[in-house]
Amino acid sequence: MNVLAYLIPVSLMLGAVGLIGFLYTLRSRQYEDPDGDSRRILDESWDDRPKP
Amino acid sequence: MTAVPDPRPMACPGCAAAPADMPVAVAQPDDVLLSLPEIHCHNCIRDAEAALMARPDVASARVNLTLKRAYVTPVGDVPADALVTTLAEAGVLAHPLDPTALQSRATEAAGRALLMRLAVAGFAAMNVMLLSVAVWSGATDATRDMFHWISAAIALPAVAFCGQPFFAGAWRALSARRLSMDVPIALAILLALGTSLWETALSGHHAYFDAAITLCFFLLAGRYLEFRTRAAARSAAEELTALEVPRATRIVGGVPLDVPVAELSVGDVILVRVGGRIPVDGRVREGAAELDRSMLTGETIPVPAAVGSVVAAGETVVSGPLTIEATAVGRDTALHRLADLVAVAEAGRARYTPLADRAAALYAPGVHILAALAWAGWMLWTGDMRVALNIAAAVLIITCPCALGLAVPAVTTAASGALFRRGVLIKSATALERLAEVDTVLFDKTGTLTEGVPQVLNWEAVPKDARQVALALARGSVHPLSVAISAQGGDAAQVDGIREVPGYGTEGLWRGVRVRLGRSGWAGPEDAGDASLCTWVDMGVGQVSRIRFADNLRPGVRDTVEALRAAGLDVEMMSGDRAAAVAATAQAAGIDRAHAGCLPADKVARIEALQAQGRRVLMVGDGLNDTGALAAADVSLSPASALDAARVASDMVLLGTQFDALPEVLRCAGAARRRITENFRIATIYNVIAVPLAVAGLATPLIAALAMSASSITVSLNAMRGIWR
Repeated sequence: MNVLAYLIPVSLMLGAVGLIGFLYTLRSRQYEDPDGDSRRILDESWDDRPKP
Repeated sequence: MTAVPDPRPMACPGCAAAPADMPVAVAQPDDVLLSLPEIHCHNCIRDAEAALMARPDVASARVNLTLKRAYVTPVGDVPADALVTTLAEAGVLAHPLDPTALQSRATEAAGRALLMRLAVAGFAAMNVMLLSVAVWSGATDATRDMFHWISAAIALPAVAFCGQPFFAGAWRALSARRLSMDVPIALAILLALGTSLWETALSGHHAYFDAAITLCFFLLAGRYLEFRTRAAARSAAEELTALEVPRATRIVGGVPLDVPVAELSVGDVILVRVGGRIPVDGRVREGAAELDRSMLTGETIPVPAAVGSVVAAGETVVSGPLTIEATAVGRDTALHRLADLVAVAEAGRARYTPLADRAAALYAPGVHILAALAWAGWMLWTGDMRVALNIAAAVLIITCPCALGLAVPAVTTAASGALFRRGVLIKSATALERLAEVDTVLFDKTGTLTEGVPQVLNWEAVPKDARQVALALARGSVHPLSVAISAQGGDAAQVDGIREVPGYGTEGLWRGVRVRLGRSGWAGPEDAGDASLCTWVDMGVGQVSRIRFADNLRPGVRDTVEALRAAGLDVEMMSGDRAAAVAATAQAAGIDRAHAGCLPADKVARIEALQAQGRRVLMVGDGLNDTGALAAADVSLSPASALDAARVASDMVLLGTQFDALPEVLRCAGAARRRITENFRIATIYNVIAVPLAVAGLATPLIAALAMSASSITVSLNAMRGIWR
């Protein structure tokens, strides 16, 4: 059962990584304009080089 | 709710870990906000942003397609009108918005806070549930205690953060000395955590940490669905204010000066250019023009205004500049009285009690009494506080309105999604419930049943040379009738020296002869004989031709009206237009009861009269003059072509140009309501099975978790089952 000492923290860490990732997308307001973002990907203007 | 200017409103470890300084479309205090009602694709976004960014005085511009808005960060002071002109040149229709009148930032912050709580609750619930599964599958002694303590370490802070909406709601309800759905929720969560901590400290067998946090998760999911469905519905009064012209041109000592409308006062002299909206109520001092009053009154024909005419805020000047002396500004204008009408009417609608609240009123007291009885019974039977509290906590957790909290939002969200694919946008959370009860449908005429845009009727009957001259003259004007003529296309004659005579028409020289296109008396005979919508072409040699116009019915209106009748609904029409025009439209649409010449207050009064007879009224309208009626009706619908203010005042927006979907929407609302009742029944059945177990002391945390999750999932799945047959 000693393996629990590693596995529980590891599983909590992995969950926390997912949570922080989600909070990051939330804080950077990636859910503000779902319609616009899904359309912007169709725009060809910056296909060859990144937007300055 | 007040706006939260702080970009980091939450204090939690996740926020500290995540950067918040991304370039995003959110209003900064000095941003210029523009409404772009017609954008719909990536090309529109690119065109609008490129056009705005091309201006040297724009630092950044970002279009938000979901809100159909552009956020422009200017360098220095840029008038919104200049940006609107820039966009118009790029082919994008834009209206300036007054950012101070919009509270969307507060709404956005609330939505993000709710989503954040949902995420934290989901994370915590997953981990605690994982530990609980280990306990249920046979962990004993020290291992079980360790799992319980780890669960407590996760669940306690998570509940403290995620449960805040419920605790706050329960506190508000208790302070007001009433019971809401939040009271049993908060009590169940707190009691479950309390008894579980106690049990864990005594290394007991049962802990309800998983139940407490899963409860939070399911309930927050319901809350978030509800919030999302309602987020689109912004306050009608807010948007009406934002739509008002924010700037005006005041003439001081003969010099025009751009000033904010808020600074205008009675007696000021104001210049309004062609295409501009009049900012104040007033009297014309100089100039002659024609005014489009359709948004205020529903009249199709532009009204001439000359020196001395009385004009009202909200009217649009379609020809010739006007100089106006203000007689009423700000809150005293007719436009503002319309906004007040909306506010009053909305207060009336607030009387509707949603199904969920009616269920809560029955449910909450019952749950508390049951839990208290279970506690008292076990206390008397065993005399053991620990056992009695555990049983009471189990009863509260099992009866917790988890499924009830999901029953309504899940159905509303599923139905809203289904309707959205059919071109109907549901903005209010309770609109579907109210729609299911409707038995009377009231239509506005101009712009709702009709297209609101005049069409030429007798183009082929007009002589060829008159047509060519009319085309040449019409192309120089923005008057609605001229636009209709231009839309006919064809070869235009070579007409020189075209000039617009405000309030009358357009004239020019064709083959050396003066030709005119305009109103009767100026271009045609003095008395036109009847009051139908028409204009005249004067060829200058005694030859005059009449061009007739009609405001066409939208396609499919007649079928829609018949379908509504067949569904057993009463159909009526109300319009501010003249009786003759109203009667003609009513006949074409197959509506036998029509009211003409209605003022905005008359429309509200008609609806209130119907409601007093016990009718449930659906109002369909599009103008500023309909906003009061839209807000007063039990439920309201406006076409997408309607003014923003009308769209905001109504519960539903029709995205297409046809009303075909309306009978189906009503059927769908009925189905959604039945589904909600079904969900209540399912939740009750689960309780009827699980509650005796809990009261008998047989409910382990495993049974509680199963009953709770199973009922929540059944309710959600039932909601998602196709609403359309």
